[in-house]
This record gives sequence, C-alpha cells and structure tokens, in this order.
Amino acid sequence: MVPSFAYLALSAALFTLGAMGVLVRRSALIIFMSVELMLNSVNLAFVTFARMHQSIEGQVVVFFVLVVTAVEVVVGLALIVDIFRSRESVDVDDVDLLRG
Amino acid sequence: MEWVVFIPAAALALAGGVGVVVARQPVHSAIALLVVLVALAVTYLLLAAQFIAALQVIIYAGAIVVLFLFVIMLLHARSGEGPVPKLPRQPVAAAIVAALYLAVLLVAVLDASAPFPPPPEGFGEARQIGAALFAGFLLPFQLAAIILLVGIVTAVILGRRPEGEEER
Repeated sequence: MVPSFAYLALSAALFTLGAMGVLVRRSALIIFMSVELMLNSVNLAFVTFARMHQSIEGQVVVFFVLVVTAVEVVVGLALIVDIFRSRESVDVDDVDLLRG
Repeated sequence: MEWVVFIPAAALALAGGVGVVVARQPVHSAIALLVVLVALAVTYLLLAAQFIAALQVIIYAGAIVVLFLFVIMLLHARSGEGPVPKLPRQPVAAAIVAALYLAVLLVAVLDASAPFPPPPEGFGEARQIGAALFAGFLLPFQLAAIILLVGIVTAVILGRRPEGEEER
C-alpha cells in the first residue's frame, strides 16, 4: 500500500518543477507547458485527498479543472500565435512594450 | 504490491517534469509533458479514480498536447528562445527558490497526509461522478459549458486574419 505522503510528495515535486519552468524559461510555449505541469500536480493532490477522505468531490473538482484547462490552452495558444504574427517571436523578453 | 506500479510511474512523471523544464526544443518539452500526463493517469488508477484517468488520457494527452504540437509546427523553428538571456544568474536563483519552496510544500504535505481508508463500493466510477455533477454541482456544470463556448468564440476571433489582409 503506497502511503498518501508519496502521492502528495510527487505532487509537490511536480508543482515545484512547473513553477521553476515558469521562472526560468523564456519561450512562451514552454512557460505554458510548465503551467500545465503545475495544474496537473494540483489535480494529483485533489485525487489523493478525494481518496483519503472518501469523498468524490475532489474528483469532481478535477473534472472542472480539466474543462478550464482546455479552454485556457485554446485561448492562450491563440494569443501566442497572435503575438508571434506581430512580433515574429515567442520569447517573453521580446514582449516589453509596457516596460517603463 | 502497489509500489511496483507507483515507483515507475512516479519516476517517469518526475523525469518528464524535468524534461519539460530543461528541453531546448519546444517539441521535446511537449513530448515530455505527454510522458508526465500518461504517468499521472497511472497514479490516478492507483487512487481509485478510473474515470479521471480516462479523462486525463483523452482530454490532456489526446487533445491538449496535440494542440501544443500543432502550434509548435505552425510557429516552426522560431518557437524557441532568443540566444541571450537578459538575467544571467536567473537559473541559479530560481533553483534556490524552488528548493526552499519544495521544502515548505513537503512539510505542509507531511502534515496533511493520513492513511487511506479502503475505498467505498464503486468509488471513482463514472456513475458516481455523474451523480455528483448533476446533484450538487449542476450550476458549475452549466457554467463549464458557457466557459467552453467562450473559449471557442475567442479562438475563432483571435485566429482570424486581420481585416483587409491578403490571402497568401
């Protein structure tokens, strides 16, 4: 029997990796994938807690996270493509029009 | 016994997570993300979440990663990063912050973990999730439909050619 701590530790490690990807990478696409990584680690935590407390609500929340993630990816990628059309780059350092 | 499944799945997920963050080519990141998603689907099966595991493979691995790959192909070779980072010591600083953050998270998670009780009959099956969706979560469920519609409309509007631009 794998203890719940193993799942939660895996979730924490994946979340940290995703956060680090957002901080370090400069390609908007890879930053976006790191955000997906963080969302997935949170889903794992939700499923673990659902199992721990024998309550299905945790899994229902994961269902909603999946829906919102799908929409987020569609809108985000459309924005990235649009930015690429005007600036010929997806490097977030190149998008600095608002910099003071 | 569950360890035999859990350890390879967790190792694959962690390796894929590292791959997403360190890969030079966005395509490699997308493939690493796919590995993470499938490995997590396996851990969902261990946690009595069969329906969520199926959704994970169908929606995440089947739709979202494919969308990523389409956009990477569309943007072609210039979907990577410029050659010169503006903050040279950023990776070192990020690694230190991430290590501290992981330590805090692990302490919090250790506090929150408790032994698993045996799962009730039919736990995590589509029937139970459907019943919960249509009983206590009816309004969020309807809102999810609206969110999906908003996403479709936004993608169509953003993806359209600007007015007056020539067909190539």
